Amino acid sequence: MTSLTGTWSLTRLAFRRDRIMLVVWVYAFTAFVAATVYGFRKLYPAPAGRAEFAATAGHNAAFLSLYGPLYGDSLGSLTAWRDSAIAAFLAGLMSAFIVVRHTRADEESGRLELVGAAVVSRSSPLACALIVALTANLAIAVTMTLAAVGFGLPLAGSIALAAGIAGSGAVFAAVAAVTAQLAQSARPARGIAIGVIGVAFVLRAVGDSASASGPRWLSWLSPIGWAVGDRAFGGIRWWVLLLPLAATIVVAAGAAVLAARRDYDAGLLTQRPGRATAAAALRSPIALAWRLQRGTSFAWIAGALVYGLVIGSSAKGIGGLLGSMQVRRVVTRLGGQSVLTNAYLAALLSFTAVVAAGYTVSTVLRLRSEETGGYADSVLSTGASRIGWSSAHLAIAAAGTVVIMAMTGLGAGLGYAAHGGAGREIGKLVVAGLVYVPAALVIGGFAAALFGLVPRSSAAASWTVLGLVAALLLLGPTLQLSHWVLDASPFTQVPRLPGGNVSALPLVVLAVIAAVLAGAGLAGLRRRDIGSAGG
Amino acid sequence: MSEAIAIAGLRKAYGPATALDGLNLTVASGEVHGFLGPNGSGKTTTIRILLGLLRADAGSAEVLGCDPWSQATELHRRLAYVPGDVSLWPNFTGGEIIDLLGRLRGGTRPRSGTKPRSGTKPRSGTKPRSGTKPRSGVDTERRASLIERFELDPTVRARAYSKGNRQKVALIAALASDVELLLLDEPTSGLDPLMEAVFRSCIEEERQRGRTVLLSSHILSEVEALCDRVTIIRKGKTVETGSLADLRHLTRTSVNAELDRPAPGIAGLPGVHDLVIAGDRVRCEVDTDKLTGFLRELTAAGVRSLTSQPPTLEELFLRHYTSEDGVPAPVSA
Repeated sequence: MTSLTGTWSLTRLAFRRDRIMLVVWVYAFTAFVAATVYGFRKLYPAPAGRAEFAATAGHNAAFLSLYGPLYGDSLGSLTAWRDSAIAAFLAGLMSAFIVVRHTRADEESGRLELVGAAVVSRSSPLACALIVALTANLAIAVTMTLAAVGFGLPLAGSIALAAGIAGSGAVFAAVAAVTAQLAQSARPARGIAIGVIGVAFVLRAVGDSASASGPRWLSWLSPIGWAVGDRAFGGIRWWVLLLPLAATIVVAAGAAVLAARRDYDAGLLTQRPGRATAAAALRSPIALAWRLQRGTSFAWIAGALVYGLVIGSSAKGIGGLLGSMQVRRVVTRLGGQSVLTNAYLAALLSFTAVVAAGYTVSTVLRLRSEETGGYADSVLSTGASRIGWSSAHLAIAAAGTVVIMAMTGLGAGLGYAAHGGAGREIGKLVVAGLVYVPAALVIGGFAAALFGLVPRSSAAASWTVLGLVAALLLLGPTLQLSHWVLDASPFTQVPRLPGGNVSALPLVVLAVIAAVLAGAGLAGLRRRDIGSAGG
Repeated sequence: MSEAIAIAGLRKAYGPATALDGLNLTVASGEVHGFLGPNGSGKTTTIRILLGLLRADAGSAEVLGCDPWSQATELHRRLAYVPGDVSLWPNFTGGEIIDLLGRLRGGTRPRSGTKPRSGTKPRSGTKPRSGTKPRSGVDTERRASLIERFELDPTVRARAYSKGNRQKVALIAALASDVELLLLDEPTSGLDPLMEAVFRSCIEEERQRGRTVLLSSHILSEVEALCDRVTIIRKGKTVETGSLADLRHLTRTSVNAELDRPAPGIAGLPGVHDLVIAGDRVRCEVDTDKLTGFLRELTAAGVRSLTSQPPTLEELFLRHYTSEDGVPAPVSA
C-alpha cells in the first residue's frame, strides 16, 4: 500500500467543511434515542403495561418487519426494538453521504485534482473520508450511550445498542468507499450505496418476520440485522459486534485496492452512453418538468405504497396495543374494535399527509433551484413562457401529491385486507388518503407564492411553515394549544377518515386557497427578474 | 427594419449596485456586432434584459421590433441564446438538450408587421435549406453537421461534459435553429483554439446567411476577426461604438525611428504622445489620423530606420480600462 502522506491535513479540512452537518447528525441520533426512551417511559410507567404491549407487539408481522423481534419487555428492550433497525439504517445513510462527499463528489467537481497536485498521496482522500465517517459513527455511539444511560438504562445494554447502530454505519461507510470507486460520478455512487443499505434493510425485514421454518438466516446477511441481533437489553450477544468490525475492515481494504488500481476521474463502471437524440415526447415544458421530477416522484409513490401496506398490516391487531383491558372494553362498547382501528389509521394517514406535503413543497421548490442553477435561463429564452414553465412544475407537484396519498390509502387498504380486514375498506382508505390532498396543496401553494413573490427566502420559509404544521399536528393536542393556533394548520381542517364524516366544504375551501396562492405566485413570477441576482 | 437591437439609456440596478448606467447599443440587421467589456461591466445584464429575463429600471430596449419584456415568447422564437455559463441538466445527454431547446423554441415565424404572412423566408439572404422542419425548430441535417464539426459526442450525459463541451452543446443548439438573431454571451471562453476556429467559421456562415449576431466577448482577436461593428462598454456605460475602421481611427500607432538629424519640430505636432527623443532616436505614440503630418516631419529630417506597430483594438480597450481615475474616455460621433 502507498503511504498516506497528507491524510491528516485533508482530514482536518474535511472536519472543518462538515462541522455543522456532523453536529446535526450527532444531535439527531442522540435525540432519537432519548425521545424513544422518554416516550416509552411516559407511555408505560408500570412493568405490567410493558409486558402487555410486548406480548402483542412482539408478534405483529408488520412490527417484526419494520423493527425486528422484541427481546424482553424492559424499558431498554422496547427502546432497542424501536430504534435499532431504523437508526442502523440512518447511520448507514449518514456514512454513505460523508464518504461519497469526500471522495467521488470532490473528484467529480475537480476539487481533488487541486488537492492531488499538492503533497497528498493517492490513497489519502479515501482514508480521510473513512476517518471522518468512522469518527462520526464513534461520536453518535458515545452520545447515544450517554443519552440512554442518562434516562436510566443499564450501561452494558446502552453500549451494545449504540455500538450495533454505529457498527452498521461503519460497514456502510466502507460500502460507500467501494461504490465511490465503481461509479464515475457522485450521484450513482451515492445511489448504489443507498441501494445496498435498502437491500440490507429488506433482508433483515424478511428474515425477522419469517416463521420459524422460514428464511430467518437472511437477517444475518444484513449489517442492520446485526445491529438488531446483538440483543442489547435481552441477553447481550457481544460477539455479534465482531461481524460489523470484520466486515468494515474487509470491505474498506477492498475499496483501497480498487482505489489504487484506477486512474483519477475514472470509474470501474463506466456510464452507458445515453440517447443521441431526444425522445419524441420531450418537446414541452410539462414533458421537461416530468423528466426532471419523475425519478423522485416514482420513489415517493413506491415509498407511499410500502408505507401504506405497513400501516394497513399493523392496523388489524392494533386494539391489543392500546391501553388496559378496561379502556379496550369501553372503546369496544362505544363502537367496536373498528373504532380503534379507524382512529389508528386516521392518525397515521394524517402524519403521512404532512410527509407527503414535503414532496409537494420540494417539487414546487424545484422551480427555484432550476432558476438559481441557471437552467431556467435556457428554457425561458426559448418559446416557453414563464407561466408555462412554472405551471408545468406546479401541475406535477399537484398530481404527484394526489397519487402519493391515493397510494398510501391503497396500500393501507390492501395491507388491512391481507391481514383479515374487510376488502371493502380498500376504497374507503383510498378516499381517506385523498382527503388530505387539498391541505398538502395549500402548503405547496404557499411555496409557489413565495417563489413568485419573495424567491430568495422561498425555500427557508416554505420548509419552516411545513415544520410548524408538522409540529402542530404532532404536539398540538398534547400541549393543549388553543383552537385558534391549531386551526391555522390546513391539516386541522381535514375530516378524519376513516370513521369520521366527510364534509366537502372545508376541502373545497382549502383547494381554493391553494389555487389562489399558486396564482399569486405565478402573477409575481411574471413581474420579477429571473435568476440569482448579479452580473 | 434596419435595426435588430435598439437600446437607449438603459439602466438597471441590483439593490445599491448599479449594473447599467444609461447604456446605448444599436445593432443593425445582418451585422455581426462585437460587445466588449471586462467582467462585471454589464454585458450579461444587457443580454438578459434583451431576453426579457430582467426588467430594465429605465431606458428603452427593442429587439427585432419587439419589446423583450412584454413580447418575450414571440420574440424568443426568432432568436437563440448561448449563455456565458452554460448549465445543462446533468442527467440529460447533449443530444437530448440540443433537441429539447430547439423544440421548446418552436418554429420560426414570419416577422410581424413588415412582411405579409406568406410562406417566404424572413430574410432574402437566407438560403433555402433542405431537411428543415420548421415545426420542430430543429434542423436535423444542420444539427448533424454541427455535431460533427464541433466534435461533440451527443450521447454523453451532461454531468460528464467539460465546460468547453457544455458550451458546444449550447452553441450547436443555437446554430442549428432557424432564427434571425443570435445572442452569444462569451461563447468561446471554454473552447480550445481548434474549436474556436470552427466557431469563427460558423459565425462567418451565419453572417453570409444574413443573420444578426451579438457577440459579447473580452477576447479581442475574436472580435477583430469576426465583427463588423463593435460597442465597448465600461461600468454599465457605452464608451465607444463604431466600425472597426472607425475605432482604429481613434487608436495610436507606436513609432520607433532612427533619424539622420534631430527633428525638434515633432514635439509641437498635434496628436503626438509620450515622445522620447534620445539623440537621433525617436520613440512616440501617434494618433492614427495625425500620421501624415508626423511622417512629413520625419522624412524632412531623413529616416534611417522606421518600425511602427499597427493599432489594435486591444490598445483601445486597454486605454479605456486602465484609466481608473475617471478620466473621461473619448466618445466617437
